[in-house]
Amino acid sequence: MNAPIRRLAVVVAAMFAALLISTTYIQFFQADTLREMAGNRRTLLDQYGRDRGAILVDGTPIAESEPTDDDLRWIRTYSQGQLYAHVTGYYSFTYGAGLGLERSENALLSGSADSLFYRRLPDLVTGREPTGATLEITIDPRVQRAAAQALGDRRGAVVALDPRTGAILAMVSHPTYDPNTLSSHNLSAVQQSYETLNEDASRPLVNRAIAGDLYPPGSVFKLVVAAAALESNEFNPDSELPSPLRYTLPGTSTSIPNFGGSSCSGGETTSLFDSVRVSCNTSFAWLAGELGADQLNAQAEAFGFGQPLQVPLPVTPSRYPVDADDAQVGLTGIGQYDVRVTPLQVAMIAASIANDGVLMQPHLVDTVRDKDLDPIDTTSAQELSTPISVTTAQELTDMMVAVVDAGSGGAAALPGIQVAGKTGTAEFGTTGAAHAWFTGFAPADNPTIAVAVLVESATADWTGETGGVVAAPIARAVLEAGVNP
Amino acid sequence: MSTITTFRPRTGRTTELVLVLFAIAIVLLAYVNVALAIQGEVPPNLMLHGGLLLAFTVGFHLVLRWKARYADPLLLPITTLLNGLGLVMILRLDYAAGRDVGSLVASRQLMWSALGITLAAVVLFVVRDHRVLRRYTYIAMVAGFVLLLLPMLPLIGHEENGSRLWIRLGGFSFQPGEVAKIALTVFFAGYLVATRDALSLVGRRFLGLQLPRGRDLGPLLAAWGLSVLILVAQRDLGSSLLFFGLFVAMLYVATERVSWIIIGLLLFSAGAVLAWRLFGHVQTRVNLWLDPFDPSASSDQVAKGLMGMGHGGLFGTGLGEGYPHLTYFANSDYIFASFAEELGLVGVFAMLLLYALLVERGLRTAIGAREGFGKLLATGLAFSIGLQVFVVVGGLTRVIPLTGLTTPFLSAGGSSLIANWIIVALLLRISDHARRPVGERVELEGQGASAVVGEAR
Repeated sequence: MNAPIRRLAVVVAAMFAALLISTTYIQFFQADTLREMAGNRRTLLDQYGRDRGAILVDGTPIAESEPTDDDLRWIRTYSQGQLYAHVTGYYSFTYGAGLGLERSENALLSGSADSLFYRRLPDLVTGREPTGATLEITIDPRVQRAAAQALGDRRGAVVALDPRTGAILAMVSHPTYDPNTLSSHNLSAVQQSYETLNEDASRPLVNRAIAGDLYPPGSVFKLVVAAAALESNEFNPDSELPSPLRYTLPGTSTSIPNFGGSSCSGGETTSLFDSVRVSCNTSFAWLAGELGADQLNAQAEAFGFGQPLQVPLPVTPSRYPVDADDAQVGLTGIGQYDVRVTPLQVAMIAASIANDGVLMQPHLVDTVRDKDLDPIDTTSAQELSTPISVTTAQELTDMMVAVVDAGSGGAAALPGIQVAGKTGTAEFGTTGAAHAWFTGFAPADNPTIAVAVLVESATADWTGETGGVVAAPIARAVLEAGVNP
Repeated sequence: MSTITTFRPRTGRTTELVLVLFAIAIVLLAYVNVALAIQGEVPPNLMLHGGLLLAFTVGFHLVLRWKARYADPLLLPITTLLNGLGLVMILRLDYAAGRDVGSLVASRQLMWSALGITLAAVVLFVVRDHRVLRRYTYIAMVAGFVLLLLPMLPLIGHEENGSRLWIRLGGFSFQPGEVAKIALTVFFAGYLVATRDALSLVGRRFLGLQLPRGRDLGPLLAAWGLSVLILVAQRDLGSSLLFFGLFVAMLYVATERVSWIIIGLLLFSAGAVLAWRLFGHVQTRVNLWLDPFDPSASSDQVAKGLMGMGHGGLFGTGLGEGYPHLTYFANSDYIFASFAEELGLVGVFAMLLLYALLVERGLRTAIGAREGFGKLLATGLAFSIGLQVFVVVGGLTRVIPLTGLTTPFLSAGGSSLIANWIIVALLLRISDHARRPVGERVELEGQGASAVVGEAR
């Protein structure tokens, strides 16, 4: 009977060989496919189950992971969810790391970034769970709160920068949402709020400050035109520009009026200085034509138009139209036609004027720290470009101070502090509805904060809400919080 | 010129002791590992549990020294290691399920392990020579059938997850099929030894095959009928496959006739096709086997197990660091997938090799056995372990459709554990007999003795 037993032993060996092959196939060759399979809870749990780093504002966590007893092991909580929603984004088991820093800095927060590799080595040896890095961000909580409160229930966005470093001091977009509803472990509730947020016509998930629809800048774009004029050396603040009651766009029979149909200076011409101060439309339309599309485009690009930017949240590039004919170039002079900007871009224009013509790279992350709070990486202030000279910057500052002191931006004035600013009222569509803008900085002689405020038109037609009426008071509140530490 | 020297052949007992201690060390390391990973502390009962494991396995080793000193020295260490790792994984899944100390499956499993080892020792005391079992061939047959059919009885029979395999007495449920496996192996061995000549020599040749006589086909048809009966009545694909495969293998070893295997495979195929045509649950299993990720599939059981194994990858997540509890039946039918997830491919290779070694040592024992009954019994017992591992792991890894059997020594469940320890005890008894030098051979009175003389080859 030994021969058949030996043969049976061979059969058994073959059976086990089959098992070795099948386990090898599954655990080695098929493993990656299996991991990436839709609905593989293990992969999700693995990513979610990590002690994710916190996001700190002035030492206080606005996003942090707290241990739980359930399968997910950690729950992400946002202590001031509504206020910081567009900064943090959300971290959801079902929908992953979405929007904001949660998404842009996912690698650091989750601890999988290459820059953390050497710090992870001891974890590998000790078998400790890898932990994510903590982000200290540049937001000033008082400025952020002031901006959110001043904006109130209106749709719009506020961005504040430190012009000297490019640090983002406030980033508010309204309507907002509560990221806690997406990071909850009640998965069906999460799904429901995600769907509700996505279907909401007011689009609360969109960060209007940097990545919403691009807006027509209206008169705040006059800063770019004025800068181009001064940089061309053909104009100075005292240059007299034609400022008729109506300006006929070249090559057309269409004419544009001044705001309210009034004359800019009472005469046929207005100085460049006063054109900015009273936000004269006809003189700027003429000026744009004089400078030409190329020069305006070059100036706009020097301020950052057309450049994709990561702060590290991706910023939609603003744009100056390249294909404009003469009439359209005239319109761009007053920030109409196809000029489109983000509020951050407008703040960057104000910030470079405030910073003696040097544009600093806007950034949101100040210091990256490991779990033991040792700094891994600190963002140092970086120059992005020098769009204008010191002289031009000073001349523009003087004009903007006049806007607040004796022009269209009086509502932004602060007692005892000189504020520089520019209003904007950007019409869109054909019904005359307009977005209200204000951008500026303070104190004018030694700026520590630059701001851009956008308030979306609440109605489809004109209700008289100019930048000076609606946006300037909001800017005032933000600047006040920023200059009074 | 040669000189005749007499020497005591090695018993291997010291090797066995060292390996058993080594196995326990591995198990305790795994235990500490799990507790550290999940609870963050060294298990408070480490000394107690480690001491229990040590006391029972070393105690069993001492029984071997006393009652079966020539037994194969590898069987006990391998089973100790597998049983211990099973305990650790079951405890790990207890933690994951948030079970408290009172309802821990692992503590019950520890109790079953102790009982299993004790019963294995009792077997070594009671069965002084395995050949006495031959006397009980037909009693074993009756016992096997009765045990198999017990779950069909009203009142004590009990259905779980669609299979009627359990009986419930008092607070305990028991799967009599596991013990029936041993009884039927004894019956097959005894029956085949008695009838092998008739089965192998008589018959006509057809197409180069020696065909058996019609009346000799009887036992094969009976085994086939029995397995179909189990399949139909208890919805237990695994057991019917196991019984029939076991019988065919033993029949082949007894008769050395390939024709029996071919006839057996034909019968099996017929039964399988018939079952597939007739029963919805068989079709479900086949569909899940062909496409476990089919979104319209009735169950994602196979898919979840595969994802767990894939998650483990080459080196595994580490004990306590994976999510084996996301798989259904993680501590019973799918315990092998739980190991695959946390120990990785490297870990399950080691475990499969342990099983392979266990089976091959059993078959080695069969070759060494000096008479037909011992050979057949050892073959049957060893092969049943191998076949069971193949059916379970092959089911998880899609070599064959998933049927659902316990993984020997690993799965939570007392009946399986006890049955497998008894199987090991019987293999130890046969191997002791096979390896014992002639000078020390103590023959039993009566019929056993003549059987030895007559059949040693």
